[in-house]
Amino acid sequence: MDLTGPYDPTVDYPEGPAIAEIAGAGDIKPWRPLHVSRRNFLRGVVCSGIVIGGSSYLFSTATPARADARGVERMMSLTVNGRTHHVDVAPNETLGYTVRYRLGLTGTKIGCNQAECGACTVMADGQTIYSCSTLTHRMRGKDIITVEGIAAADGTLHPVQQAFIDELAPQCGFCTPGQVVAGVALLNSNPNPTEEEARVAMSGNLCRCGAYEHYLRGVMKAAREI
Amino acid sequence: MSDVMHNFELYQPDTVQGAADLLGEFDDAWVIAGAKDSLGWFKDRVKQPSVVVDIGGIEELSGIAATDDGGLYIGATTTLTDVIENPLVREKYPILALSASKVASPQIRNAGTIGGNISQDTRCVYYRSGFPCYRAEGNTCYANTPTAMNRDHALFEVSRCVAVTPSDTAPAMVALGASMVIRRKGEDIEVPASEYFIGPEIDITRMTVLEHGDILLGIRLPGTWANARHYFEKAADRNTWDFALVSITMVAKMAGSAIEDAAMVCGGVQCTPRRLTEVEDVIRGEVPGPEVETLVRRVASRGAQPLNFNHFKIPLMESLAARAVRSLT
Ligand SMILES: Cc1cc2nc3c(=O)[nH]c(=O)nc-3n(C[C@H](O)[C@H](O)[C@H](O)COP(=O)(O)OP(=O)(O)OC[C@H]3O[C@@H](n4cnc5c(N)ncnc54)[C@H](O)[C@@H]3O)c2cc1C
Ligand code: SF4
Ligand code: FES
Ligand code: FES
Repeated sequence: MDLTGPYDPTVDYPEGPAIAEIAGAGDIKPWRPLHVSRRNFLRGVVCSGIVIGGSSYLFSTATPARADARGVERMMSLTVNGRTHHVDVAPNETLGYTVRYRLGLTGTKIGCNQAECGACTVMADGQTIYSCSTLTHRMRGKDIITVEGIAAADGTLHPVQQAFIDELAPQCGFCTPGQVVAGVALLNSNPNPTEEEARVAMSGNLCRCGAYEHYLRGVMKAAREI
Repeated sequence: MSDVMHNFELYQPDTVQGAADLLGEFDDAWVIAGAKDSLGWFKDRVKQPSVVVDIGGIEELSGIAATDDGGLYIGATTTLTDVIENPLVREKYPILALSASKVASPQIRNAGTIGGNISQDTRCVYYRSGFPCYRAEGNTCYANTPTAMNRDHALFEVSRCVAVTPSDTAPAMVALGASMVIRRKGEDIEVPASEYFIGPEIDITRMTVLEHGDILLGIRLPGTWANARHYFEKAADRNTWDFALVSITMVAKMAGSAIEDAAMVCGGVQCTPRRLTEVEDVIRGEVPGPEVETLVRRVASRGAQPLNFNHFKIPLMESLAARAVRSLT
């Protein structure tokens, strides 16, 4: 078991030394493994449904038995970045929420949450979609790639990622994961786009910092290098 | 946060029959195909159906095939991207590929369906925000008051409601003489596009003839306008995401340099796509040129009744119609 990788809510981690043992405070119940980093701890909290603002609203209820057996089964297999996860997904849950808060893949950003900005862009079977406005249950059998799945396994950046760095594309960086996914999806299907084609392919991604020309130059640079 | 949708039971039937059975069983069931229009309603919590039937996984509903009369049949859940990229569509009805390519954004076109695009609800900002207006079965129109924001609203054929058709592909359906194949109570019926889209005088709560329980199976495009000359232009605030302020769709057949026949349809000015029959009459048999354009401008918006903030749509509409005709020279 990999105890150093990202926190995976589907794994039963061995418990670290009980908090009670450390603190000597009687019968306090240990509730998290101690080896998790602060970042992973935060993810763990969100995933386990401990009260944090809005997400508790969505996930706090225990899985209700389906009222009707013909409705979708909550437990589903979801293939993200080549790995199949078995996740409990509410019928009204969107893919953006599932990847961020159940799988801990927080690279995908939620901006507008209504199909109007592109920060949440992921690929499904190679095509870009807005994960904020896609029901996760629709993704059964699809191959989903999030921004975490773009770089090579050894960490080598994809040419699009490298070109964005070289062209100083990200300013605040909030739109960047979506821009990366849109750029990679374009070059996967059309390795030699014209500038106009690239402009159209990237047009579903807003950048509030207005770095459009940088992203466009990045995509064209990556296209020349691939 | 607008992200948290109400709870609903989700069904994903594999067959049209399965979907029809579910719709027959639940009075409160809502159909989603690409869900791009529907999730907006749900996220804003304006519509909260307790049952959602996802027809996007029904194989028999998607795909494009040539028909015997030289036309095409397009399954209702074929995505806009598949319509745009399909070689048959591009060859026979480039006007449809062109208008579909101007819908929303690439990501929305990858998921949104052609059936959903022509069946989507209007975008009147009051109605979409949950105001209890006529269309929402209330007893007033918030868009038709002296101070209302009605820049996006209608010029023609208003009846209490002044909302417009939002779809970029609907005008092409009317221009091409398409018909919609609908499964209604176990039977398949075919409705011409000119009757599929309905205005407020017929039913103020719906944009199309679809009733609860109906499933749009597909769209039949007759061979009539295959390979015709075409023109599409959409005027919107931004090129991506924004709905048309006014759009113009034209197909035309030429006899030498004269216009033998043409169909011109305008979007964004009325609750349904508006066929510009007067323009068609003016240009039929004529050789396009400055005189014809002047006449076109004169008749294109005849009868328009602007609201407080949408006068600009009148010259816009006239110019787009004239440019469409100019494209034939
Ligand atoms: C940000 C944004 C921008 C947009 N911009 C544009 C634009 O510029 N131009 C434009 O034309 N549209 C635009 N749209 C509207 C629309 O979402 C898309 O056009 C899309 O094609 C709708 O298709 P869908 O399959 O996703 O719709 P859905 O939400 O699945 O369906 C829409 C409606 O049609 C009904 N329906 C769908 N399929 C069937 C069927 N087979 N049988 C019976 N009923 C059915 C549903 O019940 C629902 O009421 C935009 C949407 C968003 C969110
Ligand atoms: S224009 Fe129609 S939809 Fe908009 S507020 Fe008036 S009645 Fe309602
Ligand atoms: S968060 Fe999905 S498009 Fe903005
Ligand atoms: S870099 Fe800030 S939103 Fe694009």
